Amino acid sequence: MKKHLIALSILSAVCLAPQAYAAPKTFVYCSEGAPSGFNPQFYTDGTTFDAAGQAIYDRLVQFKPGETSISPALAESWEVSPDGLTYTFKLRKGVKFQTTKDFTPTRDFNADDVLFSFNRQWKDDNPYHKVSNGNYEYFTGMSMPDVLNTIEKVDDYTVKFTLKRPEAPMLANLAMDFASILSAEYADAMMKAKTPEKVDTDPVGTGPFQLVAYQKDAMIRYKANENYWEGKPKIDNLVFAITKDNAVRWQKLQAGECHLMPFPNTADLKAMQENKDVTLLSQEGLNIGYFAYNTTKKPFDDARVRKALNMAINKPAILDAVYQGAGKVAKNPIPPTMWSYNDKVVDDPYDVEAAKKLLAEAGVKDLKTNIWAMPVQRPYNPNAKRMAEMIQADWKAVGVDAQIVSYEWAEYLERSKKGEHDTLLMGWTGDNGDPDNFLAVLLGCDAVKDGSNRAFWCNKEFNDLVQKAKTLNDQGERTKLYEQAQEVFKKEAPWATIAHSVVYEVARKNVTGYKQSPFGLHQFKNVDLAE
Amino acid sequence: MFKFILSKIALLIPTFLGITLAAFLFVRLLPGDPVTILSGERGISDERRAEMIAQFGLDKPVIVQYFSYLKNLLQGDFGQSISTHRPVVEEFFERLPATMELAFFAILIAVLIGVPAGIIAAVKRGRWPDHVLMGSALTGYSMPIFWWGLLLIMLFSTTLGWTPVSGRLDIINYYFEPVTGFMTVDAWLSGQEGAVKSALHHLILPSVVLSTIPMAVIARQTRSAMLEVLGEDYIRTAYAKGLPTWRVIGIHALRNAMITVVTVIGLQVGTLIAGAVLTETIFSWPGVGKWMIDAISHRDYPAVQGGLLFISMLVMLVNLIVDLMYGWINPRVRDGK
Repeated sequence: MKKHLIALSILSAVCLAPQAYAAPKTFVYCSEGAPSGFNPQFYTDGTTFDAAGQAIYDRLVQFKPGETSISPALAESWEVSPDGLTYTFKLRKGVKFQTTKDFTPTRDFNADDVLFSFNRQWKDDNPYHKVSNGNYEYFTGMSMPDVLNTIEKVDDYTVKFTLKRPEAPMLANLAMDFASILSAEYADAMMKAKTPEKVDTDPVGTGPFQLVAYQKDAMIRYKANENYWEGKPKIDNLVFAITKDNAVRWQKLQAGECHLMPFPNTADLKAMQENKDVTLLSQEGLNIGYFAYNTTKKPFDDARVRKALNMAINKPAILDAVYQGAGKVAKNPIPPTMWSYNDKVVDDPYDVEAAKKLLAEAGVKDLKTNIWAMPVQRPYNPNAKRMAEMIQADWKAVGVDAQIVSYEWAEYLERSKKGEHDTLLMGWTGDNGDPDNFLAVLLGCDAVKDGSNRAFWCNKEFNDLVQKAKTLNDQGERTKLYEQAQEVFKKEAPWATIAHSVVYEVARKNVTGYKQSPFGLHQFKNVDLAE
Repeated sequence: MFKFILSKIALLIPTFLGITLAAFLFVRLLPGDPVTILSGERGISDERRAEMIAQFGLDKPVIVQYFSYLKNLLQGDFGQSISTHRPVVEEFFERLPATMELAFFAILIAVLIGVPAGIIAAVKRGRWPDHVLMGSALTGYSMPIFWWGLLLIMLFSTTLGWTPVSGRLDIINYYFEPVTGFMTVDAWLSGQEGAVKSALHHLILPSVVLSTIPMAVIARQTRSAMLEVLGEDYIRTAYAKGLPTWRVIGIHALRNAMITVVTVIGLQVGTLIAGAVLTETIFSWPGVGKWMIDAISHRDYPAVQGGLLFISMLVMLVNLIVDLMYGWINPRVRDGK
């Protein structure tokens, strides 16, 4: 009897084994922070874009994974009128919104959802405009209210955007997270149920993952969207393990508690390279770390002085010490990976004698000034304090006595917006891959008022070139204008361009299909875990 | 006793008002405002800025803002967080259980080790156990928490693999809806095998790290309180009567030293709830400390005000309990003698 039982159990084990379910694949991402919320229309931080925009939602168009070029998403195709004023989008059919405990969609994605998503941000009288105390910072920041004239539904699967003026970066803007498409049907249902804010807290999107649960500051759990229009993601569960300290993220990755981590500490890079269990991923960042002169203050209103001071800075030394060599010395205000980058521009050479001579020529003697150093770490500047010290030492060699000043971040932003600084360290990471997003946002005349042009440099020649380029749709034409603008910039030197950094991420060896985004976003729809 | 409790509670009202004012002014005295932080490197036009300032209700004179804040408070409205657009009450109380769970285990460890260590050091005064224990206490007290936490992680988690690096649960293998917010309790309620063990496992390192300073303080204070009591006449009398040492120390001396020890423990509970920030950061522990720091750096006025208020109320509550415990331990306090 006993023998029979053993035989039977072996037999059943053999028979059952092939039918046993494969364990669900759970991918854990050690995210650097907690999202501010789950509606990407409201927020401006990358963490929220990763957790909401990239995971749960889609947009009309998308950036190709790992690139800055645009590809179709919820819009299958589009046409731009020759005057650049009308954009007509043909929408994808058969795209399903996610189902939650409060909402089961009765129809597929269509033009109404596009209208709802934009009108909510744009129109004061949209019933959802004020829900959740919404601020639509990015929508306003990208000048959408100034650019948009009308958005019309031509039929269920065609939407027409009409602009007030030609806006070349328009398509790239529509690929950004604030342009995510929300469900109009869900919004109506929640309004009827008198819980409209659920649209923002319990998201329903068309994206690759669906939110399962968010435990505040601890973790976000998603499951793969079975109906995703690009096909179900290869992983079954996606978990964001919120881990704010980069040293702890690294420990977690080594212990196998997560599969991918962003923003490693530069000091750990060597250990990461040597570790056999992980892969150190890197990509040239779409960024610039710069050093701006306050051109409204003497003697920085004189381009010769700015040039001279640029020549006194040893940029390769900064690249080694501050960026640990992970980056490129910058000569233009836009990174080399961006189209229209002007490689013909010649950087100011590091030449102490020439700098001294030029300073004397400009009548500057015994200059006393200050260098403002940011208190925060950013991919474009991992250690502003150290950078400031190096510039301070370099300037001493040409007889310039600079004091280093730093404030807590909020105060730093506020005071520098008022122009209290003589010179300051700052930087930028691109939003949409368009040169306008650097040149106009950081150096245009309008940006002086907004405070993002911290050199307070308003040069007519430069500004006209950039403004004109924005109205053209032909990339070749635009490139010519931006190239000229970069020459003007170099001649006038409102900044010392310091570096374009390399952005690192670290993955466990078994992670496949992951591509770094030039915008610093994190997308997991193509990720898989090898056995 | 009832009168004693009432008098203690009456004292809380002016304290509470003082705290609302302090919290309100404190966050406004910081340079910069929420709009500046929101715009970051980007900058913002003056019109848009004014619009947002008005939307957050920050355009009115500070005194008007304060009274409307007080009015809302009396109606139980603690405001809405500027960064997340959610009620501050919800934001805070969703995170509180995590901090309380951690603080509970930390204080447990601190008392269970700190009090006996203090007693031993006092009894063996001037001899090697005293030196070793008080030396360790001094080291613990002066330990930079961040460094200490990372050191323990590197040793026990990465190198030895005995404890998890951070977080509250093995999130790859377990998942359940939070009910109470206390992970150990929720794990038990979920009925999933091994979940409670995983939750406790995740508590070890953070509670040890968080207990380090309170443990040192408790050990040192217990030692000095015991030394004081051990020098009293009645202890000598007790010894002289021939009572066994454990009885003299454990009952006669300890009970009298308890007043000081309980005060110290009470103070430490307050510090733990308010000051778990570093431990919470290292171990990615989703508690209120880390949340408050984020709120301050984002100049999220309502969140900072609410957070300060709730934490102060908790500390006041703990102090009240300690006061009441004095009365229980030592009737002289209760009767005002």
